[in-house]
Amino acid sequence: MNDAVVWLTIFILSVFVGIEVISKVSSTLHTPLMSGANAIHGIILLGAILVTGTTDNTVALVVGLVAIVLAAVNMVGGFVVTDRMLQMFVRRKKKPVVSEGAAK
Amino acid sequence: MTATPTWVQLVYLACAVCFILALKGLSGPRTARTGNLVGAGAAVVACAVPFFYRPNGVEHLHHVPLILGAIVIGTVGGVVGARRVQMTQMPQMVALFNGVGGGAAALVALLELHEKVGLVAAGSEVSWFVLAATAFTIFVGSVSFAGSVVTFAKLQELMTSAPVTFPGLALGFGVGLVAGVGLGTQLVLDPSVGVGVVLCLVGLVFGLLLVLPVGGADVPIVISLLNAFTGLTVAAGGYVLENVVLLVAGTLVGASGTFLTMLMARAMGRSVANILFGALKGGSTLGAGVASDRPVKSANPEDVAIMLGYADRVIIVPGYGLAVAQAQHALRELVDVLSERGTEVDYAIHPVAGRMPGHMNVLLAEAQVPYEQLKEMDDINGEFKDADVVLVVGANDVVNPAAKTTPGAPIYGMPILNADEARQVVFMKRSMRPGFAGIENELLFEENTTLLFGDAKDSMSKLLNAVKAL
Repeated sequence: MNDAVVWLTIFILSVFVGIEVISKVSSTLHTPLMSGANAIHGIILLGAILVTGTTDNTVALVVGLVAIVLAAVNMVGGFVVTDRMLQMFVRRKKKPVVSEGAAK
Repeated sequence: MTATPTWVQLVYLACAVCFILALKGLSGPRTARTGNLVGAGAAVVACAVPFFYRPNGVEHLHHVPLILGAIVIGTVGGVVGARRVQMTQMPQMVALFNGVGGGAAALVALLELHEKVGLVAAGSEVSWFVLAATAFTIFVGSVSFAGSVVTFAKLQELMTSAPVTFPGLALGFGVGLVAGVGLGTQLVLDPSVGVGVVLCLVGLVFGLLLVLPVGGADVPIVISLLNAFTGLTVAAGGYVLENVVLLVAGTLVGASGTFLTMLMARAMGRSVANILFGALKGGSTLGAGVASDRPVKSANPEDVAIMLGYADRVIIVPGYGLAVAQAQHALRELVDVLSERGTEVDYAIHPVAGRMPGHMNVLLAEAQVPYEQLKEMDDINGEFKDADVVLVVGANDVVNPAAKTTPGAPIYGMPILNADEARQVVFMKRSMRPGFAGIENELLFEENTTLLFGDAKDSMSKLLNAVKAL
């Protein structure tokens, strides 16, 4: 397999995994799930670090640093806000029941 | 791919697996918090890796102090924002975080384009597929950024939440799309940073045009869609950078985000295309927002207290207005008092109650309402006909029978809570202003409907005292 096909394979398989893992979510968790997924794409921070750390052009450096700030806001803020939301769900005294509606 | 050491690739693989587990965890109530923490841990590890090897063949990572400084600034900004935000403002916070992520992806792709242009100038071959992915990331990342900023402004009420349309919007939309594809093609044929910057600007304008015509209640669906867009840009960026963790994480978010968007749209009885382009076709005119002066039956808190206090079965329909007034704690107390008196009380939660699907569950969980009392729409809709009183607090569209009876209404086809089947309906409302969708609710004028006007928190505590005094 050539490189492009390897990447395409990873991509296609990830699409199916992405749909499969959340297909049973109950509507109760839509908001935290959206927020958590939002935090995960903050991983672009890794890309921003890589391009910024390998450039020697001043303009590119500045643009890269801006990208790092934005990506860090996305990633860190996203995970913190999701945790805040979920904290409220687990504070319940009684044992949380997995929604039957979701199991259908 | 060849320049990256094997241990780095293995760490990236582990992180990618952790993201899958994170999403899996987030979709179940018991595992959600752990899932989120797994995702956060993987993200931190993945971002730390470049500091410990020689990326892209350079001796070591350059500008490390500046990079760390930028990370600290972003982290502080993110944490402060995430901690300060009120639970009612959650949708716009998610929109904002999503927007900056999309913006970051577009900038990363621009930098990568800059590097590829250098490679081409030096005589190296760059595959057209890589350039196409770069163009995609620049364009869609900009769309996501601009679109998210507009959704933020709409939900934060910095601008009108009604659809904004003007003559030529549809034309501008088409021109933007053609320009985006054209510039992208140009970029593939003859890569240059200048074209990339123009593509970025076109993307920003296109993002504005995409979201401006979307009105009120539909905005959260668009947030979810833009979230999926950003995921796909990150995936494309991962391909360009030959980084497997970006590719997998971005694709996961893109795929699950698209699926989630369709689930949400279905909960509102709409299609995604209808939500995005409904206003363009002139089909939906949401947000008229005019208060009606037709006669209604209003009552004082004492009357309502008697209705509630001597009912056997009460169903509460909470809406966004409840949360805005911060009345959910008083409501929970009222329910506790009623339960002690022997009344059977449940909350009927519409899938899109609040401003985002599942938002109301978060808001009520914050007020420590027991999970067992929250009933999903399908489970409780058959019980309304046996209810003595339905108390609608700060909700409107989710009980509007027009969704069933008026084919022309913007919310027609949206599944609603059958509050109209109950013996008595009590609306706690601030005014006669229509709901988020901007249409009048016939239920308000029915014979068995009573209105309790006033601020939800104020009315709720008066009602609570009146019930206690019974």
